[in-house]
Amino acid sequence: MRHVAGRATRLFYDLRFRAIFYQVLAVGAVILVGLYLFSNVSRKLAEQNIVTGFDFLWREAGFVISQTLIDYKPTDSYAWALVTGIINTIWVSILGVIFSTLIGLVVGVARLSKNPLLAFLAFLFVEALRNVPLLLYLFFWYALIVTTLPPVREAWEIVPSVFISNSGFTIPSLNWSPAHSVVLGALILGGFLAIFVRRKLIAQRVETGVERVLWPWTALALLVPVALAILIAQPDFAINFPEKGRFRLTGGAHLKPEFTALLIGLTLSAAASNAETIRSGILSVRKGQWEASRSLGLDDRQALRLVVLPQALRVIIPPMTSAYLSLFKNSSLAIAIGYPDLVMVANTTMNQTGQAIEGIAIFMLVYLGLSITISLIMNWYNGRVALKER
Amino acid sequence: MQEASIIRIAPPPQPGYFKRTLGALFATPLNAIVTLICLWLFWLVLKGSYGWLIARMVTEGGSTACRAGNGFCLPFFQAKLRFLIFGVYPYEEHWRAGSAMLLFLAGLGISMIPRFWGRWLLVLWTGIVVASFVLISGGIFGLKPIETSQWSGLPLSLILTTVGLALGFPLGVILALARASNLPAIRVLAIVFIEVVRGVPLISILFMASVMLPLFMPTGLTVDKLLRAQIAIIIFAAAYIAEAVRGGLQAIPRGQHEAAGALGLHYWQAMRQIILPQAIKIVIPPLVNISIGFFQDTTLVTIIGLLDFLSTIRAAMTDPEWIGAAVLEGYLFAAFVYLVFSYSMGAYSRYLERRLRTGHD
Repeated sequence: MRHVAGRATRLFYDLRFRAIFYQVLAVGAVILVGLYLFSNVSRKLAEQNIVTGFDFLWREAGFVISQTLIDYKPTDSYAWALVTGIINTIWVSILGVIFSTLIGLVVGVARLSKNPLLAFLAFLFVEALRNVPLLLYLFFWYALIVTTLPPVREAWEIVPSVFISNSGFTIPSLNWSPAHSVVLGALILGGFLAIFVRRKLIAQRVETGVERVLWPWTALALLVPVALAILIAQPDFAINFPEKGRFRLTGGAHLKPEFTALLIGLTLSAAASNAETIRSGILSVRKGQWEASRSLGLDDRQALRLVVLPQALRVIIPPMTSAYLSLFKNSSLAIAIGYPDLVMVANTTMNQTGQAIEGIAIFMLVYLGLSITISLIMNWYNGRVALKER
Repeated sequence: MQEASIIRIAPPPQPGYFKRTLGALFATPLNAIVTLICLWLFWLVLKGSYGWLIARMVTEGGSTACRAGNGFCLPFFQAKLRFLIFGVYPYEEHWRAGSAMLLFLAGLGISMIPRFWGRWLLVLWTGIVVASFVLISGGIFGLKPIETSQWSGLPLSLILTTVGLALGFPLGVILALARASNLPAIRVLAIVFIEVVRGVPLISILFMASVMLPLFMPTGLTVDKLLRAQIAIIIFAAAYIAEAVRGGLQAIPRGQHEAAGALGLHYWQAMRQIILPQAIKIVIPPLVNISIGFFQDTTLVTIIGLLDFLSTIRAAMTDPEWIGAAVLEGYLFAAFVYLVFSYSMGAYSRYLERRLRTGHD
């Protein structure tokens, strides 16, 4: 009897046994709680006569989406409505990332300026944006556009052909056609091709030691696909300028107040954190690095490009990644001011069909998937710029 | 004999007074232009705010005067100030929410002084939370019970933030330990939880809590709406705190673990007495930053229909009597309150960073 008890105790003090025991306990607890919740859900759903499943996706959506990048009409399916929402989310996020990087760069450099006034102005910008909730700014920009700007009839022309009024911005545009998409695709392709060609040429130079001018080849790789695409697809490059009629503006592209407020809000809040990131990145490179590169005979531009920037990027990339991720996730605040992003479309879908679980599952999966994609891309880039330690 | 000639170089001329003071502003033409543009911007802002805030201030005559006038609307604040802060909390009981807020601010002030850091702060905060809860919800000591649907305004924002962080913190530490554990199943569970929560927007977790949580509960059990939002915030805070604490855990050298093992401490003893105290000390500044972020993020509960500070202000602005009269005033007041809280916490975080930096680099 004592012998058995002794063995049991010894077993319990065996580290390997304990490790397995705790893990089984944890996994078991998670499974049990999961099963319990699942049984509750299925009972509730049965009581409320809700059929689970994704069949509702193929039914007619029947609601209007006020701003779309792709063709959508109320007779389309819920699935198509959700795709429209996803594309709206991605569109505003991409624009936000581009503008916030540019503004962040300018403000970050301005904060380091030797001119105290400029540095102070940049400091005010950053602190005012970082210490006030984004949602408040969204409401504020929206209210500012809708209540303080004049009606369309009296739209202000702030820059020639750019009008602002209480129904948003109107800017010159191209009449977008599939041909333009082909050219855009060619431009992206050309970009990759140019990077590839440049790498090959540099590798060749390292191997053979023969100096060669690189840029004509790179430019050629960039421009040839675009030129071909223009020749083949023949897009119409006539610019459509908005014109002021007596009651409304005709022509041009119209950016609604919801979209404009969301874009401004997201861009500025991300720009403030990017500015801080860029500033700390530049500060993290010690002065000695500049001096050392000068003593090697590099001029300022070469020193920046070859010595300082690669080191600053190591510090800048990880926080920049999380700033982009939070910009993307914050675009979900669109629902508060009525821009039809994924969350808003999913919410309407949930209200109409009662398929709450499926609706939430869809938008959580989309966000999760896109977040993971962004982090993978940025991690890959970070791995390339990271310190290569021996 | 020729003396070795010593070449003497005159010291560079010292810049004059104007050059020293104005050099940074007007050193180059570009710099001078930048300075002028900045001055012009400051002037515009000063002129604009003086005109709006002081010169054209509307001091009397209710909402119609404010709508007609083009300046700061003082009557809005005279009529609405208590509503702006306390929301729909019953008017004659405002003192209760107010004193709970004061208790909270006093607690915050005390916890910010490093000399007072210690176990007893935990006791203090438990006391503050219990006392605030009793004050706000009532039902005992002859206080009139007040339903959670009437909790609103700034006190609600502070409750959501504090309780979220206070309960999210231990959960986050446990998650961080689980993620750093060498038991694969536990590590994977922690990673999945943390990454899923961090990969989706807070809004989706709030939606989940408000729409899906009722479905997960057994029949007959309903969870209060406020409690549901609070649970969502705790979960969200835990995942972010876990990542911050993980950073601290990674910064502790292996030798500390080995030394704890050599002293015969088992896992929990080592963590509690050796590793965590050091790890958490390192991550205090990021934790303060997370707290600032969460104070701002509590505004999102507006979207699931809770009356936090921001939505109280919006409610005041869309009150039929005042609609369109004080749009700018309302938002600026809200922004000002958030700015004061967040900026002072941020300044505190920077102070801590300087104080805790004990290295020599």
